[in-house]
Amino acid sequence: MDGIRRSVREGWWTFALLAPALIVLAYFFLYPLVILGLTSLRVGDHYGFTHYANLLLKPQYRQSLFDTVWLSVLVTVVTLVLSTILAILLVRRDFPCRTLLQSLITFPISFPGVVVGFMIIILFGKTGVIPNLGVALTGRPILQIAYELSGLFLAYLYFSIPKTTMTMVGSVEKLNPSLEEAARSLGASQATTFRRIVLPALSPALASAGALAFATSMSAFGTAFTLSQNFSVLPVLMYTEYTLSFHIEAASAIAIALGVITVAMTYAYRVLSERG
Amino acid sequence: MRKNTWLDVVFISVGVLVAAFLIVPVVISILGSFSAYWTTSLFSQGFTLKWYQYVWENYGHTIRFSVMIAVFAVVADVLIGVPLGYALTRSNSRWMKLLEEITALPVAVPGTAVALALVQTHAFMRGSWLFLAIGHVVVTLPLVVRPVAAAMRTAQLRALEEAAASLGASRITRLLRVVFPNIRGAILAGALMALTMSMGEFNLTFFLYTPLTMTMPVGLYESYASLRIEIGSAYTTIFLAITLPLMLLVQYLGGESTLRARGGGV
Repeated sequence: MDGIRRSVREGWWTFALLAPALIVLAYFFLYPLVILGLTSLRVGDHYGFTHYANLLLKPQYRQSLFDTVWLSVLVTVVTLVLSTILAILLVRRDFPCRTLLQSLITFPISFPGVVVGFMIIILFGKTGVIPNLGVALTGRPILQIAYELSGLFLAYLYFSIPKTTMTMVGSVEKLNPSLEEAARSLGASQATTFRRIVLPALSPALASAGALAFATSMSAFGTAFTLSQNFSVLPVLMYTEYTLSFHIEAASAIAIALGVITVAMTYAYRVLSERG
Repeated sequence: MRKNTWLDVVFISVGVLVAAFLIVPVVISILGSFSAYWTTSLFSQGFTLKWYQYVWENYGHTIRFSVMIAVFAVVADVLIGVPLGYALTRSNSRWMKLLEEITALPVAVPGTAVALALVQTHAFMRGSWLFLAIGHVVVTLPLVVRPVAAAMRTAQLRALEEAAASLGASRITRLLRVVFPNIRGAILAGALMALTMSMGEFNLTFFLYTPLTMTMPVGLYESYASLRIEIGSAYTTIFLAITLPLMLLVQYLGGESTLRARGGGV
């Protein structure tokens, strides 16, 4: 009897601890998300998937979807290649200023998106470092691309590389060099050793870091909003649909689509990085 | 020792290039904030502090407001998040696992989606600073809950607490003498992460702010979009001077992997 009474009391205690946070999350997070989902399905006076279909059918939306996806894929691939090189460099190679290089590379890890956008304006804007270098060398500005899609590509690299490099450093540290030495001593070339020994060992980390980089790129808003003058990626399109065109249903559909992608990718990141 | 020295050269060049790409704009932005007139060269017209004065006069309120919102969010996160993180580890049931997944969701859902959901659900709160503050609480809450729950698990506090209880310690004694000392570090790390994230939050804030409730990142965006690059630089320098110590402290406390795992971030 006493045991039962105690466990009932423990149950109430647990519930009392959970309740405040759960009430806040239910009222200000879960319930609004349900409303968001319902709005995205509202077509006039009935419900349907029209706004989702429009993402593929309406030329403006399709262009935006296409730009966002291929931009994110490209950013993910380039980030993974560069970050793997950086991680191997930081863990395996011994050279002066190694710690300095590591701190410099991880320094911008939590810059807000708008600041990342500004960094690209500093580098590639009208009075940017690279265009000014062009003026000094050739008399004409070069690479004034801050507000182009290529500028956005560089901006996405800017926020992806520090995070991804940190993840890759963690997994390169766990590699066992004696396996590679064994492969080399059995006559495998450096390239073969990399392809058959190093790459398979790194692949879980590459997959999880890649999932996260892709999710972050797909949903990046601050950066894109600072730099978007000639194009609109999905998060920016969502904002303009809501504020300028008052298409709240279409905006909600884009928000849900982006949310599903980022949640799935973040979950994949966690599962893969716990396994790896 | 190595034959492929050319490979080392490639690796080191990539390292230096990427580091330059990341750091040069930060340095130029800090230097440019002191430039009287920024054209093809930075200091052809000399140095000035007038841009800082401009930012302080026109955007000083955003700094004060950002600090206020961030402090509110952190206090609320700790008050409701620490009990949550504690309770989540008191049982291994499937429901508790599911609950933990749900409470981790706000870091994964893009801030823009959360904001669009909030404005259409609680439209009556629009314009209130409290609405913005609650939005910040929602998106930063998991940053406090996760480290607390993790610390509970690593210290095996459930077993320790049961041991203390069997020795006759009351609930209050157990909380103060057994639980709290073990999760103190996690609470501090989580609170700092929440503070850092709140100060830099733009995606959600941009949907919810009004001219009277403008935060630093929103002010930064406005200055980038419509003001001189020198002003943007001075403002950015002030922002970094405030937030970088926080970020470094978070990295020092080892919380940076949680910040990194945000899918709906930038």
